[in-house]
Amino acid sequence: MTNSINEISTDAELMFLIGTNTTEAHPVIGYKMRQAARNGCKLVVCDPRHIDLVDEADYWLRQNPGTDIPLLNGLMHIIIKEGLEDKKFIEERTENYEELKAIVENYPPEKVSEITGISVDDLYAVARLYATTDKAMLFYTLGITEHICGTRNVMSCANLAMLTGHLGRAGVGVCPIRGQNNVQGACDQGALPNVYSGYQAVTNPDVKEKFEKAWGRPMPDKVGLKIPEMFEAAHEGTVKSMYILGENPVLTDPDSNHIRGALEKLEFLVVQELFLTETAEYADVILPAASFAECDGTFTNTERRIQRVRKAIEPIPGKANWESICEMFNYMGYPVNYDSPEDIWDEMASLTPSMAGTNYERLDKKGLQWPCPTLDHPGTQFMHAGKFTRGLGLFQPSDHIPPGEMPDEEYPFLLSTGRILHHYNVTTPYSPGIMSIWDREWAEVNPVDAEKLGVVTGDKIKVASRRGEVETAIKVTDRVLPGVIWMSFHYSETPTNAITSPHLDPITGTGEYKVCAVKLAKV
Amino acid sequence: MKMVKLIIDGKEVEVAEGTTIMQAADQAGIEIPRLCYDPELKPLGACRLCVVQVEGNRLFPASCVTPVSPDMVVHTESPDIIEARRTILELLVANHPLDCMTCDKLGDCKLADYCYKYGIKESPFEGEKHAYAIDDSNPFIIRDLNKCILCGACVRACEELTGADNLSYLHRGWNRKATTAGDVDYIDSDSCVFCGQCVAVCPTGALQEKTMVGHGRRWEIDRVKTTCPFCGTGCNFDLAVKDGRVIGVLSNPDSPVNQRRLCIKGRFGWDYIYNEKRLTTPLIKKNGKFEEASWDEAFKLIAQRFTEIKEKYGSESFAALSSARCTNEENYLVQKFTRAVMGNNNVDHCART
Ligand code: SF4
Ligand code: SF4
Ligand code: SF4
Ligand code: FES
Repeated sequence: MTNSINEISTDAELMFLIGTNTTEAHPVIGYKMRQAARNGCKLVVCDPRHIDLVDEADYWLRQNPGTDIPLLNGLMHIIIKEGLEDKKFIEERTENYEELKAIVENYPPEKVSEITGISVDDLYAVARLYATTDKAMLFYTLGITEHICGTRNVMSCANLAMLTGHLGRAGVGVCPIRGQNNVQGACDQGALPNVYSGYQAVTNPDVKEKFEKAWGRPMPDKVGLKIPEMFEAAHEGTVKSMYILGENPVLTDPDSNHIRGALEKLEFLVVQELFLTETAEYADVILPAASFAECDGTFTNTERRIQRVRKAIEPIPGKANWESICEMFNYMGYPVNYDSPEDIWDEMASLTPSMAGTNYERLDKKGLQWPCPTLDHPGTQFMHAGKFTRGLGLFQPSDHIPPGEMPDEEYPFLLSTGRILHHYNVTTPYSPGIMSIWDREWAEVNPVDAEKLGVVTGDKIKVASRRGEVETAIKVTDRVLPGVIWMSFHYSETPTNAITSPHLDPITGTGEYKVCAVKLAKV
Repeated sequence: MKMVKLIIDGKEVEVAEGTTIMQAADQAGIEIPRLCYDPELKPLGACRLCVVQVEGNRLFPASCVTPVSPDMVVHTESPDIIEARRTILELLVANHPLDCMTCDKLGDCKLADYCYKYGIKESPFEGEKHAYAIDDSNPFIIRDLNKCILCGACVRACEELTGADNLSYLHRGWNRKATTAGDVDYIDSDSCVFCGQCVAVCPTGALQEKTMVGHGRRWEIDRVKTTCPFCGTGCNFDLAVKDGRVIGVLSNPDSPVNQRRLCIKGRFGWDYIYNEKRLTTPLIKKNGKFEEASWDEAFKLIAQRFTEIKEKYGSESFAALSSARCTNEENYLVQKFTRAVMGNNNVDHCART
């Protein structure tokens, strides 16, 4: 996020939500949004589903799934036509405005209304409201990124914010709310194929030299494989061994049958996990993992705040995860001798300019938001004040890119997936408390479709796509549009990702979990 | 901002106009007793324990809802005030089950604390007692409304902190109740999201974390502040630890992102750590079956196979998937392992961001 969570309560005058069911996926942020809306902050919700925050919203734009770019382009079209863009901001802080203008020119309200299903009046009202509100924060999550055009969607959000000067101050910004607890941190720490910690490119010779010196080994300068490429390479036989820490791609990644096949082909697989997951079943060696309560360390939240995780009990498997990973170094003949996670942090900070000013002592009470380059730097509540990281903000406009697979005669329903409140990916299904109430998938189906299928809430249906089929109980509700079925992916018994789309965002490799075509049958 | 001067317990205090007497006293380091006041919630003025004496005023105003005025002279612990507070407490305990010896909340119960402070052992008022059934219909929260003092904190927390609007007041007078819509059990209430904010603010034993009941008094518990492992919001809370075991999660008001707010996952999802299916020892697959192994055996095999495969197929033949669930330090180590030990950049973490 460019900005901070508490600005919702203290600064924002308008919240523009697109593709984020915040009260379920990020409940505490959702509570704050609801509270702000009730205290007079304006709220616009763009979502095909009737999510909870719709009830607090001033405007609900119910776009057809997979039409976010036309929607955003349509809003920008109106803003430019009415002269509501922030000319000064565009002039001083951005480039490539002419291309944006040329592309959004082709998205007049009537056409956009046709593609998205949103009324022309609402398009005008929301465009004017967003452009003329001084402090407007834009939020999105997986509803934007988990599309074939995910990166383009994200850029379109940024275009809208730049066009109206909603960046670089408190109470504005483009705020992707990160899903998993430490997805921000995993990226920041360089668990990515193209960068070291702090987004230092592996292809940069100076960076390479720095790490070679620090780590005493020659460093590879070829960009590595992204997840889908890894599994592809395993299929092809070029990747032969893998180490997987604390993730269960068989359940969480799209097109799980493809992943199973890849794992089967590996010559050697090490999985470090809390539980014997679907992925761990394929391992040659399983290392037991310690939970968050058993380890010291840090997580970095969606607003870039690095916060302490503190060991409360002894590691149940006998070793904290950092200790077992260190042992792998040692047994591989690369001795490391960190005393503690704090030691590891200090090494990282010494090699990472954007976090050079952080240490456990400074993090202790309230954490620190990076960038924090020096010990006397207070951390960064909002980014891009006065200047973007790359200098000028680049408009990267895009045309409509329809989903990779749309409903057709054979597979007439559109399946969309997401999180539900009570579960978090694949850990909470191991919580006896939570599972005692929410123990199975409840797919959402519109009453119109339910009647046609002859099913009622509680019935079981079979959901099949070109890739496979799963069974699930259903809930009949008009939270979803007719023709759409919505499911989560938390339960091993209903492994939704066995049927999701194989299409990926070509730039990030993120799966198109939000749209694929399925057929439904009563069982 | 206009400032106002007043005197509290003989101390001169200067505060901004519009400040309440209670806030002014807080600023001066004078603690006025309070039951229904909560700094994060709208003041209600319900319990009246915070009454003070203001010279020239025959009535005792509730300090949590009364703004200061210039040259006010306030006494917070005068004999009359002490008497008034004693009466309020006696009325409250008149219909309170005095089973403090077995109540889990003792040590963190404001009612008991103030009874202790003012020497209230029992009530001179012969009170009829409520006989509400205890609601333990759900795995998270136990509700014993017999211990409710109608401070309304739960109602306000549900509305103001969560916005679930699941709680409100029902009936009047003796039968007045702070309860769910329709007065049903928590599990049957449509709008409860089990965030537990009501539990976090309840000053008595009326609302408690079910997992903690019977596992120790508050003074026996170590509190370890940490960060939630479930979503990217980054809420902080305290793990309650007794005898080396986590028994629950308690809100920590010093949490920069969430203050005392949490959701069902953060507050009640932690019990997965004691799931009996946890892996506790390394496993090595032999003839298609997992067999228990020592850490040393596991590491030896890992090192041997990783090395063999690297030698046979080259360093590009290895890939690592790190984890968006694990700590920064673990992620740093995994990418370092991939780069420095295995010699390639094939490291990523799970796509489901
Ligand atoms: S658990 Fe949360 S939603 Fe349920 S009554 Fe308490 S405060 Fe309200
Ligand atoms: S249940 Fe607790 S918080 Fe709610 S009114 Fe009663 S005493 Fe107050
Ligand atoms: S308590 Fe809930 S909202 Fe807060 S970090 Fe945990 S899962 Fe997210
Ligand atoms: S604390 Fe002031 S009336 Fe309750």
